[in-house]
Amino acid sequence: MRFSVGDSVRVKLDDPPYHTRVPRYVRGRRGVVTEYQGDYPLPDTVVLTKGADRTTQPLYGVCFPAEELWGTGQLTTDGPFEVSVDLWESYLEPLDARL
Amino acid sequence: MTGEHHDSDSATAARVKRVEAAVIAAGLTTEAELDALLEVVATKASPRNGARVVARAWVDRSFAEAVLADANAAIEELGLSMEAGPQVRLKAVANSESVHNVVVCTLCSCYPVGLLGPPPTWYKEPAYRSRVVREPRAVLAQFGTHLPPQTEIRVWDSSAETRYLVIPRRPEGSDGLDEDELAGSVTRNGLIGTGIL
Repeated sequence: MRFSVGDSVRVKLDDPPYHTRVPRYVRGRRGVVTEYQGDYPLPDTVVLTKGADRTTQPLYGVCFPAEELWGTGQLTTDGPFEVSVDLWESYLEPLDARL
Repeated sequence: MTGEHHDSDSATAARVKRVEAAVIAAGLTTEAELDALLEVVATKASPRNGARVVARAWVDRSFAEAVLADANAAIEELGLSMEAGPQVRLKAVANSESVHNVVVCTLCSCYPVGLLGPPPTWYKEPAYRSRVVREPRAVLAQFGTHLPPQTEIRVWDSSAETRYLVIPRRPEGSDGLDEDELAGSVTRNGLIGTGIL
């Protein structure tokens, strides 16, 4: 397992021409790992191989502060919030600096 | 219901029939298997199940801790399950004075059907799915849910393998209610987080 709870990560900025479970609004954004959810087949590979390759990899809950996703102006109109997104390990890269 | 809605419902029904015939013909499932699944959804899946989980959490502190730690195991105590295969993980998230939770699936319409029944139409609409991660407070206000400005909102985007269940705050003045009466006070929107009780 590459990441631990509390690690800062960045979602890879990618635009793959196939099915993926990375919502566009978190691509390239920084977040913090809040949970390891277990190992699950990577949907991208499952779909690409029509179900033949169900190799698993760790799935994490990653929390993004609102200002990281939408800028600071959002908070003045909408108050404090954060968004938690469930992301597979290969969607993420380590971030040296703490978020 | 308007004619327009009716037409799109018919179009959807026709499409479902074609897909059903195709997956059966491909040997991916059988009519009996689909019927059994529909039977479960039609007769067992209901927001009353989620309400029972919440009411028990309100009256039983050790259950509340258990459901937050491992919801799949905890709901078995109530004779409940996710009803959709072993890979569906359930996570319960509790509202407090300082934190309010709300659930969405921005990529499609993932939802804990076994505990909440079939999702409401708005849950599947792009308007809800795109806005609630961007301006949750404004979206909640449209549901009539007005939170204090300092309350932190946590939006859970359930687009992978976990389904989320919100444990709302217990209504004020509910001290005299028993567990069944408490369960009766829990709304579907409360379980999704678009409502408070």
